[in-house]
Amino acid sequence: MNVTVAPDMKGTTGVLSRGRKLVVIGNGMAGCRAVEEILSRDGTRFDVTIFGAEPRVNYNRIMLSPVLAGEKTFEEIVINGQDWYDDNHIQLVSGDPVVGIDRQQKHVITRSGRIENYDTLLIATGSDPFIIPVPGKDLDGVVTFRDLDDVDKMLTAAEKGGSAVVIGGGLLGLEAAHGLSLRGMDVTVVHLMPTLMERQLDEAAGYLLKHELESRNQTILTSANTKEIVGKDGKVSAVLLEDGTVIPADIVVMAAGIRPATGLAKEAGLDVERGILVDDHMVTSDPDILAVGECVQHRGLCYGLVAPLWDMCRSLADYATDTPSGYGGSVTSTKLKVSGIDLFSAGDFTSGEDCEDIVMRDASRGIYKRVVVKDNRIVGAVLYGDTADGNWYFDLLKKEEDISDIREALIFGQAFASGGASLDPNAAVAALSDDAEICGCNGVSKGQVVACISGGAHSLDTVRSGCKASASCGSCTGLVESLLALTLGEDAVESGPKTMCKCTSFTHDDVRARIVEKELKEIPQVMQELHWTTPDGCSSCRPALNYYLLCAWPGEYVDDQKSRFVNERLHANIQKDGTYSVVPRMWGGVTTPGELRAIADAADKYQARLVKVTGGQRIDLFGIKKEDLPGIWADLNAAGMVSGHAYGKSLRTVKTCVGSEWCRFGTQDSTGLGIKVERMTWGSWMPHKFKIAVSGCPRNCAEATIKDFGVVCVDSGYELHVGGNGGIHVRATDLLCKVETEAEAMEHCAAFIQLYREDARYLERTAPWIERKGLDWLKEALFSDPNTVKELARRFRYSQRFSQDDPWAQRAGGDRADLHSHLAEVRPLQIVSEVA
Amino acid sequence: MRVGKWLDIGPVEQIEPGTARTLPVEGGEELAVFRTMRGDIFTIVNKCPHKQGPLSQGIVHGNVVACPLHNWNISLETGRALGGDDGCVPTIPTKVEGGRIFLLREAVLNPQVPADEAPKAAA
Ligand SMILES: Cc1cc2nc3c(=O)[nH]c(=O)nc-3n(C[C@H](O)[C@H](O)[C@H](O)COP(=O)(O)OP(=O)(O)OC[C@H]3O[C@@H](n4cnc5c(N)ncnc54)[C@H](O)[C@@H]3O)c2cc1C
Ligand code: SF4
Ligand code: FES
Repeated sequence: MNVTVAPDMKGTTGVLSRGRKLVVIGNGMAGCRAVEEILSRDGTRFDVTIFGAEPRVNYNRIMLSPVLAGEKTFEEIVINGQDWYDDNHIQLVSGDPVVGIDRQQKHVITRSGRIENYDTLLIATGSDPFIIPVPGKDLDGVVTFRDLDDVDKMLTAAEKGGSAVVIGGGLLGLEAAHGLSLRGMDVTVVHLMPTLMERQLDEAAGYLLKHELESRNQTILTSANTKEIVGKDGKVSAVLLEDGTVIPADIVVMAAGIRPATGLAKEAGLDVERGILVDDHMVTSDPDILAVGECVQHRGLCYGLVAPLWDMCRSLADYATDTPSGYGGSVTSTKLKVSGIDLFSAGDFTSGEDCEDIVMRDASRGIYKRVVVKDNRIVGAVLYGDTADGNWYFDLLKKEEDISDIREALIFGQAFASGGASLDPNAAVAALSDDAEICGCNGVSKGQVVACISGGAHSLDTVRSGCKASASCGSCTGLVESLLALTLGEDAVESGPKTMCKCTSFTHDDVRARIVEKELKEIPQVMQELHWTTPDGCSSCRPALNYYLLCAWPGEYVDDQKSRFVNERLHANIQKDGTYSVVPRMWGGVTTPGELRAIADAADKYQARLVKVTGGQRIDLFGIKKEDLPGIWADLNAAGMVSGHAYGKSLRTVKTCVGSEWCRFGTQDSTGLGIKVERMTWGSWMPHKFKIAVSGCPRNCAEATIKDFGVVCVDSGYELHVGGNGGIHVRATDLLCKVETEAEAMEHCAAFIQLYREDARYLERTAPWIERKGLDWLKEALFSDPNTVKELARRFRYSQRFSQDDPWAQRAGGDRADLHSHLAEVRPLQIVSEVA
Repeated sequence: MRVGKWLDIGPVEQIEPGTARTLPVEGGEELAVFRTMRGDIFTIVNKCPHKQGPLSQGIVHGNVVACPLHNWNISLETGRALGGDDGCVPTIPTKVEGGRIFLLREAVLNPQVPADEAPKAAA
C-alpha cells in the first residue's frame, strides 16, 4: 500500500480542519453514512456537498430486493430524505455524476460542467455490476440489479409476464429471481458454478437451497455457462448456453458479480488495485482524498456487504474529526432476503487443515447446520432451514471465543449450550422422561428404546432392528447411542457392523436400501436425508454413493465424475510414476493382424515403455502420458478398437480358450460364446472389477474357475461357476448351475451380474460377497422364483443401454480435453497458454 | 500478499470446479493448479510428498486433495499432509484478478516448502 501520511502523524497534522469544504462523490449507502458519522461528531467542521449519479435522495440499497418483490415501496426504503440534507446544510447535487477529479486544482467536474472545489474529497462510488463479456450483452432487455432504475426496468418487463433469465446464482441473482418470480415471470437462474452462492454456501446447503427454489417453480441451472444472449430486432429473445441449451427470455438480469467503481480514482492517478487503496483511516494515496464503501480495497480485501461499510465510516469520521481510531477489517456474514428461506453463512467453511466440521442435519425439517472449528474457535458457519443461532455463532466467531467447554452442545445452539448444567449429552438424555420421543420417524419413545436395550440389544444395529429407533433417517443416532451408554455403561456397548465410513452411522447395506426405498437420486440428497455427519462426504463414501445411485437409477442418475477415482475419470490405469497404461478391448481375447499392427504403431508413436500381455488376454501399453491419451485412443479407435476398461470397477475381460472350433477336446464354441458375453457385458459398472472366462471343456484352459463368472462347456451344455478370484486369497468358484443352451448361459450371466451389482457392497468382489452371503442364499435369490433370472437379466440389459458408450471415442473426439491437456506451460520467462 | 512479478496463466474457467490442471515448468517442477468446488484457486507442486503421486489427479474435497496413488490427504492451502501422515509439498502463491489466474513468478521458478506462514489464495 502506498499512503503518504504516516498513520501516527494523522489527526495531528491538521490536514482536515474546521470550516473546510468536504465534497462527497456518491450519494449511496457509504457516502451518506460517512457524512452522518462526521456530523454526529462535529456538525460545523465541514461544509458538505454530495454528488450523486442517481436522480434521488439516499436510500437503503439492500432493500431494493423487497421493492422488486413488492414487499416494500421506494418511500419506505429512503434513509435520508431531502429534509435531512436541508437541516444539515448539505448541498445535494443529484443526477449529475462527477466525471473528473483535478488533484492539482483540488476540484471535481460534473457531467454538466459544474466545478466544485474541495479541501477534502470523499470517494464513495460503490461498485459497478460485472457484465459478462458475451455476444448480445448490450441488447435491449439486458439489465443489471444495482439501483432503483434497474428495479423499474424489471418491473416494467414483469408487467408483460413472460420469461426472465437471471445470470448468476449468488445473493443478488437469487433475490432478483425471487422478485421476478413473485411478479409472475417464468424464471431461470443460470449459474456458472456447481453450487448456488458458492462463496457463502457449501454443497449441502446449496443443494437444499436449489431444491427449495425449484419447488417454487424456478428453474435452476448450475454448472451452466452462458455463451450468448440472443436477440431479435435489437431486443433480447433468448439465452444460449455453452452446451447448446436455449432458454427463451424477455428479460435478462446480469447478476454475475460486482467490480469496485474505481474509474475516477484511477484517472486521477490514485493508487488502485482491485479497489481504491486505503489505509486504516480510509485515506487514499492522496492525503486530501478519502474513500469508503465498496469501491475501496483495505488490507487486500474488497467488501460487497454493508456491515463493513459501517465500520469503515466510523473510523473515517473519527479520523476526519481528529480522533483517529483505525479500521482493522471486517468479518462478514450473509443472509438471503428471500421470504421463507432461512439461510445464514459466515466466515470460512472450506474444510482445510486442522479444521473440524460439526454437522447436524434434520431431513424431516429440512435443516442443515455446519459449524467449522479450528483450534477451539469457530471459524465458519453455514446454516440452512434454522438460522436462529446464526448471530450467536457469528458473535463467537468474531470474538474468537474459546468454545472447548461447550463443544459437545455447540451444534444444538445457544439455548442448549448455555443451558449450563447438562452439557454432557448423556446427562441431557438421562433427564428425558420415559415417554419422550427419541425417534420421530418411527415414533419410538425413550422407554421403548431402553426396554429394547435391556432386552438384549447391545449395539446400535440391534436397537435399530429391535425397536426401529434410528432405523430410518438416523437423525436420532446420537440419542440412541447415549441411551446405550446410559443403560449398559460405555464399555458394554457393542459396536455393530462397520458403517460405510466415518461420515455416516449407516452401513453400506442400509444406505443402499434407503436409496431405493426413499428414491434418493443425488449425492447431496442422500447425505441430507441420511444425516451425513460431514458436509460433502469423503473420498471413500463419494465413489460408493456414486456407484449405488448409478446402479439404482440407470439412465436417470448423472454420473458424478468428481466422485470417481482417477482411473475411471481418465479411462486408463495410473501407474506409480504418474503415467498411464492403455489396454484396448480384444473381444474374447481374439485379435487380428490389423489390430496388432495398429497397436504396434501406437506403441511406437506414443513411446510406450513396456508392452505386456495381461492375464486377461489383452495387450497393455505402459508409460503413456496423460496428454497423449486422447491421441492414442483416436489411433486405436481408428483401427476399430475400443476401451478395454482395464481401469474400472467394471467388467474387465472375458477370457476364452479356442474351444470346439480348433481344439480336439472342445465341446462347444467357447470363443464365440466368450465374444458374445463380452459384447453383452462390456461397459457395465460394478461394485468392483469383474472378470469372466469361458473354457471349451473341463480341462479349463481359460481358468474359468478362478473368475467372478466362469463357464465350463461340457457335451451336454454349460456349467456356470461363480465367485472365483485370483489375487491374495485365491478362491475357486462355486458351481452355480448347469444350463443347456448358449442363450441360457448368457441369461444367467446377466442375472448373476445384476444381482451382484444390486446387492454387493462397493469394493466387494464376488468372492467375499458370496462367502458373506452364502451359496445357498445366492441360489435361493436366483432360483426360488422362476422369473427372477429373467427379471434380473432384463434390468441388466436395460442399464447396459446407458453404459455401452466407448469412453475413448468421446475423449478422442475432443470431449473433456481439459482433463488431458496442460493448463499452460511455463518456459523460463514466458507463458505459452494453450487455447482451451 | 507476497510481492513480486505475477505470471498470468489464463482464465479461471479453464479449470472445472473440483478438479485440477497441470502446468509444466521448463527446467522446473510441474505444478498443479486446483479450483475447488467453492471456486478458490490453489497451486501446488504436482508431486505427492509420499511417493511423488500426481496430486492433480486426486479427488478434491474442501481445500484438500486425496492423492490418487495411496490416498494421502494433502492440504491445498499449506501443502502439508493431513491426518497421521508426514510431509509437505511446496505451494505457489496464487491470485485471481479479473477472472484470470496469476502465479508468483519467483515461486513458480523456484518452489519452496513454506515456512509456517502459508500463503493463501486471493478471493
Ligand atoms: C439488490 C441489492 C441487494 C443487496 N442486499 C444486501 C444485503 O442483504 N446485505 C448486505 O450487506 N448488502 C447488500 N447489498 C450490497 C449493499 O447494498 C452495498 O454493499 C452497499 O450499497 C455499498 O455501499 P456504497 O456506498 O459503497 O455503494 P452504493 O450504495 O452503490 O453507492 C454508490 C453511489 O455512488 C454513485 N456514484 C457512482 N459513481 C458516481 C459518480 N461518478 N458521480 C456521482 N455519483 C456516483 C452511485 O450512483 C451510487 O448511488 C445489496 C446490493 C444490492 C444491489
Ligand atoms: S479348455 Fe478344453 S476346449 Fe478349451 S482349449 Fe483347453 S482343452 Fe481345448
Ligand atoms: S504417492 Fe501420494 S499417497 Fe503415495
